[in-house]
Amino acid sequence: MITLGDYLTVSALLFTIGFAGVMLRRNIIIILMCLELMLNAANLSLVAFSRFQVQPDGTSNYDAQVFVFFIITVAAAEVAVGLAIIVALFRARQTTHVEDIATLKF
Amino acid sequence: MLVFGLAVVLNRNPVASALSLVVCFLGLAALFMSLNAFFVGIIQILVYAGAVMVLFLFIIMLLDLHAEKLRRINWVATAGGLAVAIIFLVQVLSVIGRFEPARQAFPALSASAGDDVRGIGIRLFESYNLPFQIIGVLVLVATIGVVVLSKRELK
Repeated sequence: MITLGDYLTVSALLFTIGFAGVMLRRNIIIILMCLELMLNAANLSLVAFSRFQVQPDGTSNYDAQVFVFFIITVAAAEVAVGLAIIVALFRARQTTHVEDIATLKF
Repeated sequence: MLVFGLAVVLNRNPVASALSLVVCFLGLAALFMSLNAFFVGIIQILVYAGAVMVLFLFIIMLLDLHAEKLRRINWVATAGGLAVAIIFLVQVLSVIGRFEPARQAFPALSASAGDDVRGIGIRLFESYNLPFQIIGVLVLVATIGVVVLSKRELK
């Protein structure tokens, strides 16, 4: 029997993988991909809760799925802007390694 | 799906990382469909596995990135990052373990419930009409921003 907790556990594991990737990797493109992983983990738990809270008319709670739709849209816009910044950065510095881009570091 | 998620983090070659991420997103879309969220699953495949990942692969090819050469690893930073991630995971799992509804199975949906695209569409255009239009403006701003950022030089 699959419970709500199973989906939440998978979501937590996926979020932790993305989080560890952001902390550990030094390639800025991989960091952006790990951000996507974390957003998707949040989406998974939202959809699981939406399916769990069945409305009186016997449907899932669609409010959460509308929210997931918004998250996906914002994530797509964020990726487009982030990749444009990375391309501009690569033109200026010829690197995607975060430790080579430390001009603002105190 | 989790294996491919790990592969995203562990692969040294960015192209292999991006392809693992595609497979991870496909697995996630299958999970969405197992939760009867067909619209979200389809959107996941179209937007993430399709558009976003093509964008990632295109940029990786454009920048001509190769596998990173081995650098001196900062062991303190690595251990710190891993420790923070593991502490976070333990905390979330303990919260899920104490969460009473998490042990219940999913209640059944009624067979005559209708499709979820209809339900989401009604919510989107009735109760969430203003956020929907704000999202539209946000996407427009992002498009203009990308065009400005991608120009050779700003005058």
